[in-house]
Amino acid sequence: MAKKSLISITDLTKDEIIRITELAAYFEEHPYEPLLNGRVIASLFFEPSTRTRLSFESAINRLGARVIGFSDTANTSVSKGETFHDTIQVISNYCDMIVMRHSLEGAPRYASEFSKVPIVNAGDGANQHPSQTLLDLYSIKKTQGTLDGINIMMVGDLKYGRTVHSLLQALSHFNTKFTFVAPPELRMPEEYKQFLRDKGLEYTETTEIGNAINEADIVYMTRVQRERFTDPMEYERVKNVYVLKNSMLDGTKENMRILHPLPRVGEIAYDVDQNPKAYYFNQTENGVYTRMAIISYLLGVKK
Amino acid sequence: MAHDNKIQEVRAIENGTVIDHIPSDQLFKIIRIMQLDRAPQRITFGMNLESKRMGSKAIIKIADRYCLDKEINRIALFAPMAMVNTIKDFEVIEKRKVTVPEHIDGFVRCANPKCITNNEPVRTAFDVMNHDGQISLRCRYCEKVTPQSQMEMIK
Repeated sequence: MAKKSLISITDLTKDEIIRITELAAYFEEHPYEPLLNGRVIASLFFEPSTRTRLSFESAINRLGARVIGFSDTANTSVSKGETFHDTIQVISNYCDMIVMRHSLEGAPRYASEFSKVPIVNAGDGANQHPSQTLLDLYSIKKTQGTLDGINIMMVGDLKYGRTVHSLLQALSHFNTKFTFVAPPELRMPEEYKQFLRDKGLEYTETTEIGNAINEADIVYMTRVQRERFTDPMEYERVKNVYVLKNSMLDGTKENMRILHPLPRVGEIAYDVDQNPKAYYFNQTENGVYTRMAIISYLLGVKK
Repeated sequence: MAHDNKIQEVRAIENGTVIDHIPSDQLFKIIRIMQLDRAPQRITFGMNLESKRMGSKAIIKIADRYCLDKEINRIALFAPMAMVNTIKDFEVIEKRKVTVPEHIDGFVRCANPKCITNNEPVRTAFDVMNHDGQISLRCRYCEKVTPQSQMEMIK
């Protein structure tokens, strides 16, 4: 279907997810394809995010479209008190698509209800960030050759980390085995574990990386943030438990790759960067191709 | 009216609606949901009444008012076992079980303070989830789940 929005990873069927990863591979081969010549895409960052914004804008430019928009709300009508509804209503008259980030959760879904043009959610608070999930999936597919039957270890803040929740939802289509490694305070929430049980998928939970890393195809690292802990002593106690060091990779599988949504702040030691299993910087490059795939798929120029 | 002694613990009504099998601790919530605190009709209620099925229950009797299905189904969020009896001339002419609706629009607030519905003039919308009688609401916007214990009515 042409011209639809992408708000949540759960908006996509399994076939659509596969199709978008195939298109991302296509754009990796053809990184400059002016399929959207003359089109205008609005990039509305109500909350600043340099990395995601530049990745989207690079994808838009590579597709031959032009970008209008703002990278924060300081000099916009939002700062004059205009409602979100009115801002979107007006800007949807100026462009063919809106890419938006907002600190309020649900803002992109709401926008998609009245906008004349498709909305792409580039992150709404702690809720969804579907292009991140799709680029994670593309990275998994590219490094493992398949999305089916992957053994993934998720490490760190599994309670608040939206990337792990969305990735879990998406991988549930693909018979994935999960290992959750987190401190007790930041464990995977019950609703996601229930979701996996309902789908008949396997998961194990542990508080340390341990030997389970040797079984993993993908190790997905996340940031453990000090402000998530009610007890600062507890943070000091656990912060080093969730740091990946090069020496821990000795017994891991040859095909294993380390992903991280970035930015990292110490949870992957710098000595890991030189290891061929470190994939987090390649992951960001995959993000551009994935976003080209998302935009062209949603606008119906690639089916 | 010997057919139901429990109902007689609260004075019978000639015409109107009797809502029975309300969990006692939900009584005042139901009163607020139905805006009975602002209703002009004569309303009587009892709580901590004996119930075979529930242990303790509450009951509300509203004279001269007949409730719409939409109103009734809202009650189901807090009292999924409730029975709604329509009374004419002191007789129960209809007994309805409440049904938990699949969707709820407006009326309940999303528990997530960072949800768009709590920050912009947006009407709330939820999908109702029912896990073995445990009712919770999934926000259509922020996708967060509001458990029954945190459900608050929008004024």
